[in-house]
Amino acid sequence: MALRGNLRDFTITQLLNLINLAQKTGTLVVDGPSEQAYISFREGKLAYARVGQEDGTLATVLHKANRLTVNQYRAIVERAGNINDKELGLLLINAGYLSQEEILANLQNYFTEIVRRLFTWVEGFFRFEAEMLPPADRINVRLDLENIIIEGSRQLREWEQLQDEIPSLEMALKFTERPLKNVNLSVEEWRVVSYINPRNTMKQIALTNKMNDLEIRRIVYGLLQAGLVEIVRPEGMVIQQSPKMFPTQNKEEQKSLVNKLIGRIRSL
Amino acid sequence: MQTVKMVVTGPFSAGKTEFIQSVSEIDVVSTERKISSTAERSVKEATTVAMDFGRITVDEDLVLYLFGTPGQKRFDFMWEILSEGMLGFIVMVDSTRPETFREARSILETFRAYAPTPYVVAANKQDMEDAWDLEDMRHALRLENKVKFLPCVATDKNTVKTVLLELLYSILAEMESGG
Repeated sequence: MALRGNLRDFTITQLLNLINLAQKTGTLVVDGPSEQAYISFREGKLAYARVGQEDGTLATVLHKANRLTVNQYRAIVERAGNINDKELGLLLINAGYLSQEEILANLQNYFTEIVRRLFTWVEGFFRFEAEMLPPADRINVRLDLENIIIEGSRQLREWEQLQDEIPSLEMALKFTERPLKNVNLSVEEWRVVSYINPRNTMKQIALTNKMNDLEIRRIVYGLLQAGLVEIVRPEGMVIQQSPKMFPTQNKEEQKSLVNKLIGRIRSL
Repeated sequence: MQTVKMVVTGPFSAGKTEFIQSVSEIDVVSTERKISSTAERSVKEATTVAMDFGRITVDEDLVLYLFGTPGQKRFDFMWEILSEGMLGFIVMVDSTRPETFREARSILETFRAYAPTPYVVAANKQDMEDAWDLEDMRHALRLENKVKFLPCVATDKNTVKTVLLELLYSILAEMESGG
């Protein structure tokens, strides 16, 4: 079914979060203000990216990263004919000019840069095409999205939106089952992470770290978006059930009442 | 006469009034007003500004009231009042309007902070062609796996019944676990 919408309502960071958590395979097509971007994923990991009129070939990527000189680049473009990226990569590796790791690292940087550019797009439409895979002749990478998501979340500055995302600081946080590894956190983010425990409310964490409401919300938002933490009721919180919930305080009578409700709804 | 209540909440135009109407034995007492904002008017003509109110009589001693919250954010001062004493709550989300998912998350978090009562989330308009897939919505709404997230069509009595029953099962389970 449809996974489409408007960037004004659903940010790139939120889309990456969804793709990451759902481990999606396919291509996110974003129609931006002046150009179109294609970001491909395999099982929730970034595989390939292309934007606007940039050809995104390996030769171009290596040339932009100063790994190929102008002359080398020209020679490849002019003389290599229909050689595709995978073939060019193999030639460069076999020639001992670049290692496989260097080629992949350059492609990763290039694709990550394209995603970073998308963070600045606030207008436009997106759709996720599960059937659309990267071109077969291009080299794919396999890049975890958590760091890109955290980076994108740091750019969210609007107080109102942060307050919408995290309305109450009286709630606590707990780590999800996703491992906290290879994640690049800032010092402030680590300070928050070190206090994450279902017993500590976000307000307590902020106070301990001398952070204001905006700062704590911004950091928690990044961690939430990356799927590293979730919001929970604080452990040990005194739960005051309203005496008005049930007309009786007798537990057995309360259960009987709920069973009566179940019977009635079933019979509707 | 004993009364209990459940609250149906969610963003503007999520289908709360229709949900209550589908099972209420009385015509929903709805405090609807013409919408002033042009953007909101393009979605529907009237909205609930105070609350919807539906009733299901269980027997001569017991009545269940269903309260629908106003969907527009400027009426959120009513939420805490309406949530007082509820058995549980249902968050309705329009599956075809991803622009409302952020607000739905915010409403859910706000209600979770108000009251430690069980809740379920209903993905309304799942019969529409442009409805988001449930699994995608679960991630977009940041719902943990243990949260009941149910497909729903607010005008279809059977799906509404399922949502209400699932909430009641959660309430019963919490009571039996000593919660």
